[in-house]
Amino acid sequence: MTSTKDDTKAVVTQPKLGVLGGLRWFWRQLTSMRTALFLLLMLSVAAVPGSIFPQRGISAQRVTTYLDQHKTAGPILDKIGLFDVYTTPWFAAIYLLLVVSLLGCVIPRIRLQAKTLRAPVPKVPRRLSRLAGHVEREVAAPPQEVLAAARAALSRRRYRLREDAVAEGAPLELAAEGGRMRETGNLLFHLCLIIVIIALALGRLLGWRGDVIVPVGSSFSSVGARYDTLQPGAWVDTAKFEPWSMKVNNLDVEFEDQVDPSSAQWGQPRHFTASVTTSLPGQAPRQRTLGVNSPLAIGGASVFLLGNGYAPRVTVRDAKGTVLYDEATPFLPQDNTYRSVGAIKVPAASPKQLGFFGFFLPTAAFSKTQGPVSIFPDTRAPALVLGLYEGTLFPGGRPQSVYTLDTASMSQVKDTKGQPLRILLRQGQTYQLPGGRGSISFDNAPRWAGLSIRSDPGKMPALAGALLGLLGLVMSMSLRRRRIFLRVTPEGAGSRLQIGGLAKGDDPRLQVALEQLADTIGARAAPPRTLDPASERKK
Amino acid sequence: MTTLAAADAANPSLSMTSGHLLWSSAAVLALAMLAFCVDLAGGPGREARAAARREQAATAVAADGGDTAVLTQVEAPAEVPEKRQWAGIGMSLAWLGTFLLLGAVLTRGLSVMRPPLGNMYEFALAGSSFAMVCYLLWSLRRDVRWLGAFVTGAVVLVQMAAALIFYTAASQLMPSLQSPWLSIHVTVATLSVGLFILAAAVHLLYFLQAKREDGGLRRFGFLRSVPDAATLDRTAYGVLIVAFPLWTFTLIAGAIWADKAWGRYWGWDPKEVWTLVIWVLYAAYLHARMTAGWSGRKAAWVAMAGFACVLINYGIVNVYFVGQHSYSGM
Ligand code: HEM
Repeated sequence: MTSTKDDTKAVVTQPKLGVLGGLRWFWRQLTSMRTALFLLLMLSVAAVPGSIFPQRGISAQRVTTYLDQHKTAGPILDKIGLFDVYTTPWFAAIYLLLVVSLLGCVIPRIRLQAKTLRAPVPKVPRRLSRLAGHVEREVAAPPQEVLAAARAALSRRRYRLREDAVAEGAPLELAAEGGRMRETGNLLFHLCLIIVIIALALGRLLGWRGDVIVPVGSSFSSVGARYDTLQPGAWVDTAKFEPWSMKVNNLDVEFEDQVDPSSAQWGQPRHFTASVTTSLPGQAPRQRTLGVNSPLAIGGASVFLLGNGYAPRVTVRDAKGTVLYDEATPFLPQDNTYRSVGAIKVPAASPKQLGFFGFFLPTAAFSKTQGPVSIFPDTRAPALVLGLYEGTLFPGGRPQSVYTLDTASMSQVKDTKGQPLRILLRQGQTYQLPGGRGSISFDNAPRWAGLSIRSDPGKMPALAGALLGLLGLVMSMSLRRRRIFLRVTPEGAGSRLQIGGLAKGDDPRLQVALEQLADTIGARAAPPRTLDPASERKK
Repeated sequence: MTTLAAADAANPSLSMTSGHLLWSSAAVLALAMLAFCVDLAGGPGREARAAARREQAATAVAADGGDTAVLTQVEAPAEVPEKRQWAGIGMSLAWLGTFLLLGAVLTRGLSVMRPPLGNMYEFALAGSSFAMVCYLLWSLRRDVRWLGAFVTGAVVLVQMAAALIFYTAASQLMPSLQSPWLSIHVTVATLSVGLFILAAAVHLLYFLQAKREDGGLRRFGFLRSVPDAATLDRTAYGVLIVAFPLWTFTLIAGAIWADKAWGRYWGWDPKEVWTLVIWVLYAAYLHARMTAGWSGRKAAWVAMAGFACVLINYGIVNVYFVGQHSYSGM
């Protein structure tokens, strides 16, 4: 059994293949169209679980909740990476193989296409009637004119032409080739896929993102430590951030209240805009606006307004009336009514530190089943519903979330009946804490702006790659590679025009295109008014 | 009708009008579908009558007693195809239903003074309009009457789903949707979905026709009015090579918009994932068609898998999957 290029099964069983041959075989398999198809199908299947299971990269909190709710299945799913699908080795394996396959297939095709682009148009074959498409016409014009008309018609369609000198009296011939840019476009498309993937990778390594919550009236400066969360790429030096700062002057928010309150649209956000003052070192501060869908560029990064909420300002005093705490504390909205959770930590309280936790309700109402709820996201009747712990707020100095209390070293304060103390505070009210612990007053509830600051150096290359790729795709889908051959023989006073056509691949319109070409040539060479009625009848 | 009567925002009377236009359009298109079905059902009979006429003409000429030499000289009267009245009625109804549908889209847009592309109800309207408009424009250039029943059928299904399941009161948009990219991205997306619907209808017929050509489905006489399997395969391909670049553009425009609205152009949000999956599957279809052993039915299955994902992306991901695209309004 001799192995041929096509006979891959035979190659597998060939013992003398050797390491090099084996590698070559493997490479040929990897870069085959069948493998590309298989990998594309694999990719589409592998991407799906990431849309079904919560993903750490998108919302770590939802993953934690899921793991809490699925004690047995959760850890197994976690082990096979279903909560980090797009960073798992198996997902990476698929797309890396696809990239390798793509390169392995595209590079030889580029070499081939370079050769094709330089190759001359082939000669007119002897028997045109044997070609895939074929048309014969009589034209009432001498062969020279018919050929000139054909030349003009084909050049208009951007065909490359070839005309060989023929012997005196022999039929005139013209060969033409068009649509060679189809393959070029297709290669451009495939190359651009690689460019986009590289740009994505660059963005991951060189880009960074940080999120921060800034209450209205406060300012923020872009240094690593000021961010609530910061995710720098592997090659980013957070010490080298450009030191700009931004003050949030005002946040303009509007919610839907023009529909029936039972409608799903009731209370939906309609409009968020922040007016801010930005300052860069060595420049005068500037007044700018920042909105959803209209980020703001500053210091090589973009600032996005991604969220908003309320930061109730409370004043906590001790029994003597000394102010221990007077700050706007951001609470996190939990739903569309902006029922928000948060914690107010008063480390200055003594002998025990105080920690309040609970809800902020922008428009508080009482529901029989759920107790205090919010019925509208805007502050129409703001209220705080709080519980109180006392003890040590930061045991061991461990980092902790600003929105929750770490109650490991704290105990809950009870009311006179022995029930956990529950404080309801409307805006402007003050509550006297039991046992001489002082008082808490709820002054007002300014909004906060959730800013996300991001830098992605891969963004523009990715966009350029995507648009070029689209161009290549359109070229490869709209152009048709065709060869058209013409032979014009003198016949009587006029000529006989023979056209033969060949197409690469499936081309159901070839015959129609040849007929249209013949019509165009006929009309050009012999306009109807000069048409000889005799030849018309014969046709 | 009760769902449509709910008080709306903006301009209630216009959005009510829009609802009525939608129902009228669905009724007219359902009638169009029936007419197309009658036409298809008449196909075998038409063919039998044509054969009988040919035979009659031949015997009539033979009865004239002319010799064969003369016979070949006689120009056989060109066969005039029987008028397909029912197909004509179907086509007229399809035009009417499409104008009503476009009216529904227009009044919906006017009632809120923005492009009507903000929630699932509006996507469904826009997508079915695009499917109808593409089909009708196509019918001006080719004889695609055989496809009428399937396109109108699919569109009526989408319209009913829109009116009964996805209906959302007309209202303004949430801030992240207030962007010119919404119109660009979603218009092209719905246009490509319209084309995907057409291609899927052709592929469905392709499966039936291929089976029939293999000797099965003898009782599906209407398939005689439908082109042969090879033509259907090429037709679906022709639709998909238009749809695929449009979907590619949808993907790119979506990424540009995501970058503006959410600060990243790609975030593996469920909706983004499914858009990519659909794109990859249709790319796989294009490859499969050129891969030995995959062209034909297997390739068509890949395209159908792509279409299934289009349906999932629209009907399931929008509603049940948690992501930033939770704008279904439901
Ligand atoms: C990321 C994955 C890929 C995508 C999205 C993709 C997409 C496409 C598209 C849309 C076409 C045009 C089909 C047509 O002309 O009808 C195409 C053609 C083609 N692709 Fe890919 N491709 C990918 C990977 C590959 C790989 C890995 C290979 C090589 C093994 C490959 C080889 C080809 C070939 C040979 C053609 C035919 C070109 C022609 O007919 O002129 N593709 N591809």
